[in-house]
Amino acid sequence: MIVRHGRIDLALHRLRAGEGRALLLLHGLGERAPDEVPAAAQDWPGPICALDFTGHGESTAPKSGGYTSEILMGDVDAALEALGEATLVGRGLGAYVALLVAGARPTLVRGAVLADGPGLAGGGHSPGSPALLLPPAGAQGPPDPWALLELSRDIRPPDYAQSYVRLAVQFSGLDTPISVAAAVRPPWLEAVATEPGVLVAPVADALQRYAE
Amino acid sequence: MSEITFPGARRPDRSRRVDSHGIGLSVIEWGDPGDPPVLLTHGGFDFAGTFDVFAPMLAAAGWRVVAWDARGCGDSDRADLYSWEADIRDAFAVIDSITDAPLPIIGHSKGGSQMLQLAEAAPHRVTRIVNLDGLPSRRSWPDVPEHTRTKLLANELSGWLDHRRAVVDKQRKPGTLDELAERRGRMNPRLTKDWLRYLVSVGAREDEDGWRWKIDPMIRMGGFGPWRPEWSMWRLPALGMPVLAVLGMQPEVMGWGTGPEDVLPYLPPNGRFVQLEDAGHFVHIEQPEVVADLVLEFLT
Repeated sequence: MIVRHGRIDLALHRLRAGEGRALLLLHGLGERAPDEVPAAAQDWPGPICALDFTGHGESTAPKSGGYTSEILMGDVDAALEALGEATLVGRGLGAYVALLVAGARPTLVRGAVLADGPGLAGGGHSPGSPALLLPPAGAQGPPDPWALLELSRDIRPPDYAQSYVRLAVQFSGLDTPISVAAAVRPPWLEAVATEPGVLVAPVADALQRYAE
Repeated sequence: MSEITFPGARRPDRSRRVDSHGIGLSVIEWGDPGDPPVLLTHGGFDFAGTFDVFAPMLAAAGWRVVAWDARGCGDSDRADLYSWEADIRDAFAVIDSITDAPLPIIGHSKGGSQMLQLAEAAPHRVTRIVNLDGLPSRRSWPDVPEHTRTKLLANELSGWLDHRRAVVDKQRKPGTLDELAERRGRMNPRLTKDWLRYLVSVGAREDEDGWRWKIDPMIRMGGFGPWRPEWSMWRLPALGMPVLAVLGMQPEVMGWGTGPEDVLPYLPPNGRFVQLEDAGHFVHIEQPEVVADLVLEFLT
């Protein structure tokens, strides 16, 4: 199914049909939606969907880049408009985006699990030395070369990430709206893991709690 | 209808398109093509036509003045996505279309801030930097308790996402020329009605059902994201070329609220700081002669 976000057509894949709240999978930087339900999500009782982010998989790509993680947050919001309430599992970049959406749409996101994957760290916690960066000549997607370039450099301050945790905790009504399953913890994720209302648990265990 | 004029305002002598990796940018120029070039960069939610009074003053003093509409603004193409980094990349495309040699750059507001980053990224392309009320400081953020800040952020985020849900295929709201001028006046209360009417005639187009600002409806003023004001100020001390920083001291909605004490610790050795007591955020529109004199003296 196609959902529209601004001028981009996003591919929202249904991996498994079912009743009840959907589980929405968010891939890592440069990845695409998986073809099959991952092992850690096998016990999810409801439907399972996976989104291709802007410029990835079967979603369309913008002309001349302009990517930010906040734009991808809008991608997920477009998917939530179609799905209603959902629980999120994000890998890498998708984990960071899952956190943003959990904070921005606290009543629609019923739990977000942050897992390892490509693009987890982003461009660090504050700006590095600036440079004019362009994709290699002739590079073509998907994934969109601009996405790979820009989303591997977007800045993720720890206190910015924490503010999304606080939004999720304050407005979701859940005891632990965020779960950290990642073994690798870049500064933003380390800061998230120490916040009240954040559960540290493997993906399958976190999903079991959110399914209840 | 008869053309709207404003004292001293002159449309550019030439216009052309520049391709920035698939986005067409509208580039305009005043002055003799053989004169040395200077680049003008407009601010957020703005367009190059806002230089229609200021640019001709520089051109009259012997400069080839080049300005462009940022992606999604004025007569440039609308893009699928907008970002700070994409704007700076577009600026490089415009510079490449002018010259391989380094040139002076003038930027207002967000454009001024972005040009600080460009100058640090490519000091070999820039001879001098003029920053017109484009120095964000920490002071411009509301000083409120944590709980209130969380609530503000929540509203900002849901507002932004709701806008993105609603904006698909939307157009800007039409109105009469005076209505558009009045709307813009709410954001720029210090600018005169005659100037705002002139701006509409340049920055809006007349459709069958009324006038619409040309700016892409997808672009929205917003106050969230990881970006923080001091990140721009941190670029300033790095600059080795001469820098002229001009602040308008009258507070207003679109300004940064930055004061001299926020800037002076960051001013580089080749930096000069000027504060204009009776000007707001649009220093070059409120006091074009004063600012043009300052800039021309600095460029020469």
